[in-house]
Amino acid sequence: MKKSRTSDLRAGFMFTTPGILIFVLVVIIPFLYGFYLTFTDWNGVKEIKNLIGFKNYANTFKDKEFWASMLLTLRYVAFSVILVNAIAFLLAYLLTSGIKGQNFFRAGFFTPNLIGGVVLGFIWQFIFLRVLPTLGKRWGWTVFTNSWLSDPKTAFWALVVVTVWQLSGYMMLIYIAGFMSMNHDVLEAASIDGAIGARRMWFIIMPLMVPSFVICVFMTLSRSFMVYDINLTLTKGGPYGTTRLVAMHVYEKAFTSRLYGIGQAEALFLFFMVAIISAIQISIGKKREVAA
Amino acid sequence: MSKNQSRKTSIPKSMKVGGRKKQVLSAVIVLIILALFLLYMFPFLMVLLNSFKSKRDIISNPFSLRTKDGFNTRNFVQAFTKMNYLHSFMNSLVITGSSTAFVTLFSAMCAYYFVRWNNKFSKVFSSLMAASIIIPFQSLMIPLVIIYGNKLGVTDHRATLVFMHIGFSMSMSTFIYQGFIKSNVPIALEEAATIDGCDRYRTFFQIVFPLLGPTTATLVILNVLAFWNDYLLPSLILSTKELLTLPLTTYTFYGTYSADYGIIMAALMLTVMPILILYLALQSKIISGVVAGAVK
Repeated sequence: MKKSRTSDLRAGFMFTTPGILIFVLVVIIPFLYGFYLTFTDWNGVKEIKNLIGFKNYANTFKDKEFWASMLLTLRYVAFSVILVNAIAFLLAYLLTSGIKGQNFFRAGFFTPNLIGGVVLGFIWQFIFLRVLPTLGKRWGWTVFTNSWLSDPKTAFWALVVVTVWQLSGYMMLIYIAGFMSMNHDVLEAASIDGAIGARRMWFIIMPLMVPSFVICVFMTLSRSFMVYDINLTLTKGGPYGTTRLVAMHVYEKAFTSRLYGIGQAEALFLFFMVAIISAIQISIGKKREVAA
Repeated sequence: MSKNQSRKTSIPKSMKVGGRKKQVLSAVIVLIILALFLLYMFPFLMVLLNSFKSKRDIISNPFSLRTKDGFNTRNFVQAFTKMNYLHSFMNSLVITGSSTAFVTLFSAMCAYYFVRWNNKFSKVFSSLMAASIIIPFQSLMIPLVIIYGNKLGVTDHRATLVFMHIGFSMSMSTFIYQGFIKSNVPIALEEAATIDGCDRYRTFFQIVFPLLGPTTATLVILNVLAFWNDYLLPSLILSTKELLTLPLTTYTFYGTYSADYGIIMAALMLTVMPILILYLALQSKIISGVVAGAVK
């Protein structure tokens, strides 16, 4: 292609300006401004903004509620990632075994992912508040007699249940894609060599599925780390603020308590956590990936 | 899949046991799947069932099919008018539609430039965009509200929300388009178009963009789902009642009528309905789009 320098510049301008301009205005500038914000004591109302150095970061470390919510989030993420992926893998395995109507089932299990977290939280609030207690009282199932949302311990598990219910259908699709693209010659060779049942699963199928595991773990991790909608509409952080995950804590710090500087410092901390975890996760996955 | 099955049975050992073992096994699998499926659908079925019942009947027994007040669509009528459904539906439609159209166009153009013009500018911005994918929304929302709300005062406009939807989806969409253009759009085709007298813009819009079809479909599906269901960003930008999107209206509606279970259930059904109808119509497209978006 014949290109002159000026027309190159013009083409670049035409092709990239709208997208990049909006991207910079919405993502890059707020990101940089956010850094600056962490060094100020602004409350959103005052005219004056003072530079206060690292005080907000120091306060972040002293903010007990922040660490409590961070710890809770880590626990929530750990259980969600494990359960989502275990169940999704099982579903995918069962739904690639050639049973009748498997496309219908796949579509059904995926359905919760089409619906926003706000609505899902409300749907499950009804289930936990009214439906399950009725079930518990009628059949004498003591686990359900009291609403799960009224006790801090069970409210936490309610959050995990809803997350698993939603995300497992999504991850199932990715595992199914993994199963479908598996090299059948390798599987056949393995069965001839005597790898069947659990051995086949552990030594042949699992290693071949590593790329799918990497994608799924990464996706569940980043999604559950930042969950807000379900938290808001299912428990609203309650009872007594015991299920406030870190995203909700940051939101309240900034927009309810109007401590923008501290809120942003905590939000950046969340960003670093997510960045580090995904970096580790990707490098582990790359190492264990097998060339098939 | 049936291919896989027949190969499994070609193992001599399992052949001897015969088809019966296999039959029992697949019956067990069907049973497990069926049980899990019912469990997964249970919340939806409960909402559907109770959306036709009165509050009194719901409280006395949400499972019961025998009701004192009978089944009727009264809840739907009430929810529809009280939450100003049509209005918020249109808001969601306009915002989702225009955001998706713009982000598709802009990201395709960006990706095309990044792949075909391999200069410093391309390198800097394509890696900047790729890196920004991991930034959680929570790390941007506070400065975003301060800049656009407190400083510029442009929040509470639908256009602002569209603008931000575009900004947040640019990086992911550009990234996916880049991968596709690199491996699936032959440069020879573009050279031929240039020789035939197409300028760069015509080459892009008439030759390259149509070739991006499958990726465009994937991205449209992913972006439509994300924009339609988004709650946090719209809740920070929009506050006037007339501008609210469907998730926002559902949220405020729930707050007002939370004790009125029947109407709430109907409102939830109404909110879910548009996307479920879309899913029924485009099920396989949506599923393959979601998988393609995740695997890339």
